[in-house]
Amino acid sequence: MNRQSLSIALTGSGGSGVMTTGNMLLEAAAQAGWYGFMNRSAGPQIRGGEAAALLRVSTVPVESPDDSFDLVLAIEPASLERFVAEIPMRSDSLIINDAEGGRRGSTLPETPAQVVDLPMKNLAKAVTGGRPNMIALGAVAKVIGLPVASIYPVLEKTLKSKGADALKASWACVQAGFLAGEELPDIGGPPVNSELDRERWRITGNEAAGLGAIRGGIRFVAAYPITPATEVLEWLARSLPTVGGVLVQAEDELASINQVIGASFGGTPSMTATSGPGLALMTESLGLSVCSETPVVVLDVMRCGPSTGIATKSEQSDLNIALHGLHGDAPHLVLAPLSVTDCLFTMQWAVHLAESLQTAAVVLSDQSLGQTLAVVDQPADLAFFAKRCVPEDFEEEYFRYAVGDSGISPMAVPGQTGGQYTADGLEHDEAGTPSSLPEDHFAQLDKRERKINGFDYGQYWAELEGSGETAIITWGSTTGPVREALSRLRGTGEDIRLIAMRLLSPERPEDMAAVMKGVKRLLVVEQSFSRQFHRYLRAAYDLPAEVRVFNRPGPLPFRPNEIIEQLADWGKAS
Amino acid sequence: MTDNTACTLIKPRQYKSDVKPVWCPGCGDFGVLGSITKAFSGLQIQPENAAVISGIGCSSRMPTYLSTYGFHGVHGRALALATGLKIARPDLTVIATGGDGDGFSIGGNHFLHTCRRNPDMTYIVMDNQVYGMTKGQASPTTESYWEKSKLTPSGTGINPFQPLVIALASGANFIARCSSSDTNGTARIIMEAIRHPGFSMVQILSPCVTFRPEQREWKNMLIPAPDAMQATSDSAQAARLLLTDEGVYTGILYVGRRPVYQPKPESGITDIKELDEEFRL
Repeated sequence: MNRQSLSIALTGSGGSGVMTTGNMLLEAAAQAGWYGFMNRSAGPQIRGGEAAALLRVSTVPVESPDDSFDLVLAIEPASLERFVAEIPMRSDSLIINDAEGGRRGSTLPETPAQVVDLPMKNLAKAVTGGRPNMIALGAVAKVIGLPVASIYPVLEKTLKSKGADALKASWACVQAGFLAGEELPDIGGPPVNSELDRERWRITGNEAAGLGAIRGGIRFVAAYPITPATEVLEWLARSLPTVGGVLVQAEDELASINQVIGASFGGTPSMTATSGPGLALMTESLGLSVCSETPVVVLDVMRCGPSTGIATKSEQSDLNIALHGLHGDAPHLVLAPLSVTDCLFTMQWAVHLAESLQTAAVVLSDQSLGQTLAVVDQPADLAFFAKRCVPEDFEEEYFRYAVGDSGISPMAVPGQTGGQYTADGLEHDEAGTPSSLPEDHFAQLDKRERKINGFDYGQYWAELEGSGETAIITWGSTTGPVREALSRLRGTGEDIRLIAMRLLSPERPEDMAAVMKGVKRLLVVEQSFSRQFHRYLRAAYDLPAEVRVFNRPGPLPFRPNEIIEQLADWGKAS
Repeated sequence: MTDNTACTLIKPRQYKSDVKPVWCPGCGDFGVLGSITKAFSGLQIQPENAAVISGIGCSSRMPTYLSTYGFHGVHGRALALATGLKIARPDLTVIATGGDGDGFSIGGNHFLHTCRRNPDMTYIVMDNQVYGMTKGQASPTTESYWEKSKLTPSGTGINPFQPLVIALASGANFIARCSSSDTNGTARIIMEAIRHPGFSMVQILSPCVTFRPEQREWKNMLIPAPDAMQATSDSAQAARLLLTDEGVYTGILYVGRRPVYQPKPESGITDIKELDEEFRL
């Protein structure tokens, strides 16, 4: 049986190698000419606990989890229990279980799926240095129709550093698993297309964000480690120096954001990456960036909040703090990538915007984008680059904060003779001298807002599809499932409009009015318990009379069929 | 005959801006402003090649009164701002200035880690053992029994922070103490601090004549460290000087030789497009 796409979950105890297996499977799938992605679900344990690799492979690019899983490999039976909510199954889904695989009993949770047994642990024992996860890899390859030969180059590449014995043992296990797989039901996968002639990449959202930052011109990063943003920093730490940049591990997030502001003051486009708790610590200094008009970019890879929340799971609940967390009237930029690949473009554009507008940009990615490894078409390189307005001569007296028409005033770089000024978080006059005069406060507030509101953001503020009278509006990572739902509906002749917002601040009332023209019913989709996005839309935009909200908190992702159900329900109701 | 060299010398007053300080008459910080401009002039640093970075507080107003580049940031983060600037722009002379509250209370963590990290910059702390800008509350260096603040009417009851001992323990490589009343001596120490490769910590006892008028007597209490002990590179000896009960020593009290923190990009700059390679299938 051939299908266009296939969803596979691998579950095991932490350390049982499910992530490695998932990575290898995705790599082999890529060799077979498929697209796909792998998200990771794990508890907070450093070692131990349970882990799941959640994969989807497809003949076409995919950005959303499917409605349910076709195949589940429980390397340890007890490990599945924890993930039943995250791994929806059908009656024709298949669980390959190792009844003897667990240290903690062999009970599987109740699911509608059919279960078959594969003694992965025992088969691995027969191979010197063998491991059950490699048996699993071979068995999965067999049941989804991947040629066993496609696995070998992947093993060779992944196990390069582990030596010839490890490679030999793994290959023997994969072959044994493949052979054992012949006894299992053939669930079939997408048709193999080894001749696929397209330039494809394998990249995570966090790496894409790092690459976008460098393409945009970032050359200084200071940051403090935090889940799930650390991979951005690890990638930048090794990549930045090769292009003339540096990364500093700071003592905390307060230091991170202030080092970044200091470096930017020195003329170097600068950023930090963090998650919700770190963003909360940074908000005072983001106000400094706004008031002193020193550009910075902060990437927030969101996780479930509040407080420490669920550090390893995704949620869109930092929208409020990103939009409204700064004290005083502090206009700044808030952007959100709409897919794993879009982390690249959105970061690159954010650097360009922050530098052009001399302000702070907060970019809201999340765990489900950042830690997803995706096989995608090569992302386009749109040539957005940091372009700061720097004074060329100082023949006349220099006013750093000159009000001007656009509100963007030339920013001298230390070292420029005659450009000396003191950047200030105190309200100031046009020269930068602290001032408590009402007219200076008004003029500078107006300048800082005007430069952001008056800027031409072009077409990139949102991604739009369709033209129906019913529309869905969403932002960030929930765009993937919404897109897939709408594409399925389009297949049945239903045209639903999509508005996926990439630029959340400043508000674009005219652009929004234009795309809302003719919309009679609007469904708001967001991953937040308190409907943060809906409240934001209500406050900032004119919405049609009929509005519904489909919201829920993390960590469960939205699935396309759920969105279709929301629309169908609505149809019946009206 | 005109001496061309003398003619182009930048005089101390040329490092001053034309903004009038907010400080009270008699404030020690006026002296420190004078010392900083003398030190700049002594080293003939071009004003456009220096940046003075601060947080919040009376003494943190310093950058505005200078003709160099400056950044007056948020409370407690001067060292972080300055570190970022210095790493991004190693060519600049970077000075952080501020008070005891800014540096040792709200900014305490950055103080520890900047001493550890050892970036090539100078930190000038005007210590007056009080929060002046918020009208006279106890600071981390205030005596435990000081009862003049309405916020702590029975005194803080906690021992004062010892910044230079902490600096030494945290790995600072240049530690000095001086008095705002000795403008020339302080200027010389600041010059040495700027010349020193790495992080240099200069504590300047700078009286608050408004909330701590008794500090006018400080100038009579300070003892220059014995010549033989000046600029010691023996940290045990420096610790004894800093911890002694005999009096408050001034001078350069410790000079170490740890390597400077200055992460450098790799020399061969890659074409950015090469970064794409690792992602290609």
